[in-house]
Amino acid sequence: MTPGIEPAVLPPAGLPGLDPAWSRLVSTRDADGVLRTWHVLDTGVTGTEDPALTLVCVHGNPTWSYLWRRVLAAAPGDVRVVAVDHLDMGFSERTGTVRRLAQRIDDLARLTDALGITGPVVTVAHDWGGPISLGWALAHRDQLRGVVLLNTAVHQPEGSPAPAAIRLARSSPLLRLNTVSTPTFVRATTALSRPALPRGVVKAFAAPYAGAARREAVGTFVADIPLEPEHPSAGTLDAIAEGVRDLGEVPVLLLWGPGDPVFSDRYLVDLLDRMPHADVHRYEGARHLVSEDAPALVDDLWTWVADLRRGPSALAEAGPAAVSEPEPLCSALERRAATTPDLVAVAEMVDGRWREVTWGTLAGRVDALGSGLRARGVRRGDRVAVLITPGADLIAVIYACWRIGASVVVTDAGLGVRGIHRALRGAGVRHIIGIPKAMALVRVLGLPGRRIATTELAGIARIGAPGHVPAPPAPGDEAVVVFTSGSTGPAKGVVYRHRQVGRTRDLLRAHYAITDADSLVAAFAPWAVLGPALGIASVLPDMDVTSPRTLKAAALADAVATVHGTLLWASPAAFGSVLSSAGDLTDTQRAAFGSLRLVLGAGAPVSAALLHGMARLCPSAQVRTPYGMTEALPVTDVTIDEIVAAGPGDGVLVGRPLPGVEVRISAVDDTGAASGGLSDDSDVLGEIVVRAAHTKDHYDRLWATERASTREPGWHRTGDVGHLDVTGRLWIGGRLAHVVTTSAGPIAPVGVEQRVEGLAGVRSAACVGVGPAGTQQVVVIVVTDRHVEGPADLELLDRVRACARVPVAAVIERRELPVDIRHNSKVDRSALAVWADELLAGRHGSESR
Amino acid sequence: MKVLVTGGRGLLGGAVVAELTRRGHRVTVLQRSPAGHPEPVLEVLGEITDTGTVARAVDGCHAVVHLAAKVSMVGEAADFEHVNVGGTATVLSAARDAGVQRFVQVSSPSVAHAGRPLVGASAEPADPRSARGNYARTKAQAELLALAADTEGFSVMAVRPHLVWGPGDTQLIGRIAERARRGRLVLVDDGAALIDTTYVDNAADAIAQALDHCADGDVHGRPFVVSNGEPRTVVEILTRVALAAGGSPPTRHVPYPLAWAAGAVVERAWERSGRAEEPALTAFIAEQLATAHWFDQRETRRALHWQPAIGLDEGFRRLAAAWRAGG
Repeated sequence: MTPGIEPAVLPPAGLPGLDPAWSRLVSTRDADGVLRTWHVLDTGVTGTEDPALTLVCVHGNPTWSYLWRRVLAAAPGDVRVVAVDHLDMGFSERTGTVRRLAQRIDDLARLTDALGITGPVVTVAHDWGGPISLGWALAHRDQLRGVVLLNTAVHQPEGSPAPAAIRLARSSPLLRLNTVSTPTFVRATTALSRPALPRGVVKAFAAPYAGAARREAVGTFVADIPLEPEHPSAGTLDAIAEGVRDLGEVPVLLLWGPGDPVFSDRYLVDLLDRMPHADVHRYEGARHLVSEDAPALVDDLWTWVADLRRGPSALAEAGPAAVSEPEPLCSALERRAATTPDLVAVAEMVDGRWREVTWGTLAGRVDALGSGLRARGVRRGDRVAVLITPGADLIAVIYACWRIGASVVVTDAGLGVRGIHRALRGAGVRHIIGIPKAMALVRVLGLPGRRIATTELAGIARIGAPGHVPAPPAPGDEAVVVFTSGSTGPAKGVVYRHRQVGRTRDLLRAHYAITDADSLVAAFAPWAVLGPALGIASVLPDMDVTSPRTLKAAALADAVATVHGTLLWASPAAFGSVLSSAGDLTDTQRAAFGSLRLVLGAGAPVSAALLHGMARLCPSAQVRTPYGMTEALPVTDVTIDEIVAAGPGDGVLVGRPLPGVEVRISAVDDTGAASGGLSDDSDVLGEIVVRAAHTKDHYDRLWATERASTREPGWHRTGDVGHLDVTGRLWIGGRLAHVVTTSAGPIAPVGVEQRVEGLAGVRSAACVGVGPAGTQQVVVIVVTDRHVEGPADLELLDRVRACARVPVAAVIERRELPVDIRHNSKVDRSALAVWADELLAGRHGSESR
Repeated sequence: MKVLVTGGRGLLGGAVVAELTRRGHRVTVLQRSPAGHPEPVLEVLGEITDTGTVARAVDGCHAVVHLAAKVSMVGEAADFEHVNVGGTATVLSAARDAGVQRFVQVSSPSVAHAGRPLVGASAEPADPRSARGNYARTKAQAELLALAADTEGFSVMAVRPHLVWGPGDTQLIGRIAERARRGRLVLVDDGAALIDTTYVDNAADAIAQALDHCADGDVHGRPFVVSNGEPRTVVEILTRVALAAGGSPPTRHVPYPLAWAAGAVVERAWERSGRAEEPALTAFIAEQLATAHWFDQRETRRALHWQPAIGLDEGFRRLAAAWRAGG
């Protein structure tokens, strides 16, 4: 019956972002009958009615309810938000007792009773507040409407040590020193944030923990983490860890800072294993205090809560009209293996000689590898990263994974080492299969997951029991996660299920009339692996597929000749390289191009000159360029003849939607946001929005990104802008983020750039905006034959203004334009806009003093 | 409407008087020396700081356009205060006493400019503490004084035209032209800073529109920046003026710190010498020629129901034509 040693108090005035009106002191009797006083933040509700919903927010150690200030500030009027300070923490009473997990859960229940929280509740918690909050949630299932967790844990995953920071803090000589005697732990928590927190916020987090006496519980909290099974709180935590497996009916949102040195991604994987239905958003770059590091988090949380209140009907799938499920991805491979086992399925250049793999051999390898991988622990649903250069090995591994229901994680070299590291870590891959060079890197980076080198594959295929291949995966099973380098920000994982990959294959087969008689020359990485799914032979020309410019005309001719190729898929950069080396072709090599019936240029806009060049090189081929993106490929396509017939327009003509694909435009407003409803009106500039059966399933662990891209359920927002013409053809104007918002309306860059690039002496051009949204000025940056840098002379200025068809404030010459490394052809307009903004702002007057 | 225009002698003053007359207003001008405005414009000669003279000029007027000010890069602070602050107070009080209902204070964007680049800036409140130099500081005080006088029945607003130019300008454009003809035009840095300017007829038109809309609910009591809304790089403006004047475009570059330091020295020496004409380079000008100044014109155009009628290209054509004709 110890009375408190220090009473609860209100926080000092003036803490940034904290409304003093939220603070109140509430007294409850604890399990021992002692009256305890809490400090809580409480928005109450507007009016006298009961709240429609209450958020109960629980902080971790060593923070306090201040952590939730932005959640309170953004609360809608009919939702009550209560954020508590645990006893002995924050500004609540210092009890002089040691309170263990079970007691803290009981304390919280008594507090919510005292606060009259009897209606529906969404629990929100961070750090070690997670187990307390989940303990409360499991005991209040009748009230529980949702669970939100930020960087927390309920279980120490098997086979991995507890976080070093926690073990260190727990070691007894250090425990008191770190947590109680000195403010080390309190300070370290806020010091971890990136970008660094404002001083006022750092001070506010430390405000309740001045002096060792006020920090006593910071130490006991850490001591209460049950790292060993005999710990007094171990039973309680284990019960919670198991209990959450029953929350299948309750919506769960996990908001995660992947840079947390304590609660790393493996705890997220553990939570997902227990609650596989949870929505997840990982804020790349954010650390332990994810709600501080990721300012979007609070909006995302409230969007999720609003969806939850609207109920499942609002979120129901409103996709394209029901389509029958496609055949399994391996079925064409199996059919060809049965009917034409001795024909070539894959050909590739190895050490200067063609290596050919027949359908029979390929199917046998896929079965044996699949079975062997199972023996090595690869399970249905596991994610397997493949770091293998395109070729027969890659194809065999991918189809083997698909055959046994594992999902393949694909990254492209354009991401760089850091990007690949981030992507594989974020995707939670369980296995990594790679070439020896890649595996060395994987070891250095310390990536999680079991490692298999391609040199081991032959052995793995031998250990597999032939004939023991499981039933094919279901259409809803995950097939692939693709990471591609975006123009801005970290790469996003795009998830396809077998259903969507199968539909992509079926769309290509139907639209391009592909039959077994076709053979594919695959010089474009994403599609290089689809040959076996289509049941057609694939040949990979001798080149570095990750670098399109390495494809030379002679190598391409040899590849076409090897399989008597009928289809060629390549990127525009590869077209350029082929055409510039076409002079080296022998007559025999030149004649080989005659077997091609279809040439597709994909990945970036293709200039008319390149298309014409390819049409001359491949006299029997129709030259087409499909338009699409990682999330939906293809969306539209267009022939060279149509481009010529259409003549110049505002942007790049990409043609009509493919059968079954719908394209709409969401108009761009004054601020550059695509706020317009979906429309098929012609000549309206807006974001291109796509609906098709073969679009991505979702973005991986990016709930908020997925929610924004499917704002209209069933539709995918592409981030590209353009317009439809009166005949329903789509013209691309650039990226939504690159639209220039002038006071006369939004301007898409590509059309302006095309017109300026038509001027004599101009090699390339970029159109960017400077100034605030809605009142931006157009600046055209050009590379000319003169190779100079700085404001253009009047002669060039006048010529640009005469052709641009938009008001141009300035024309600046540069020696070159920065480009996106992957496609080698997309201009980095965001970087240019920043550069132009600085240049045209001139000198920072007062700085030079 | 019967309108008093103070300071009708300069480039902008002359254009305002002409525009108001064209619109059928009866205009009285108050200025220090005769300007030879054509009939039916009435001229009252005298100082805006002289209560009696101002009262006589404003007698019977419905509206006032207060343009008169001491505009200079150099001079004693007390002189600026006397004319710009004291004069505005005198004109305001005389106008109110005479039953004037509309008062347009012609101000300057420099009243809210602390020297940083202005990029798509809106009309921030005047701030005498951060304004640069005596002119800007006293104009800021005057604008605050004027807008504070806005009351029911006495509608006051401020119009801030930015860098007004046109044929007949002896100040900014005239001096650039004169240096260009002598082949002595230099650029500060690379001349890439974007600058808004205002062709004189557009500024006069905007001020006439301001008189019409001065009493509108969302207009009175507020400042509005006026410009052509066509910002251009400094090098383009200097080159076009030089060519219109038949001179040589700038080819030499001076680094900003050097220009600023040189300007500051000239400024101080000039003040000590007590010379009346303007120095060629001041620190203020160096700053102006190296820092972006352009403005968000959406609100101005909406509130004044106004669009600039003369684009920059047409303005430069007129400038060249005027100089060819011996202007």
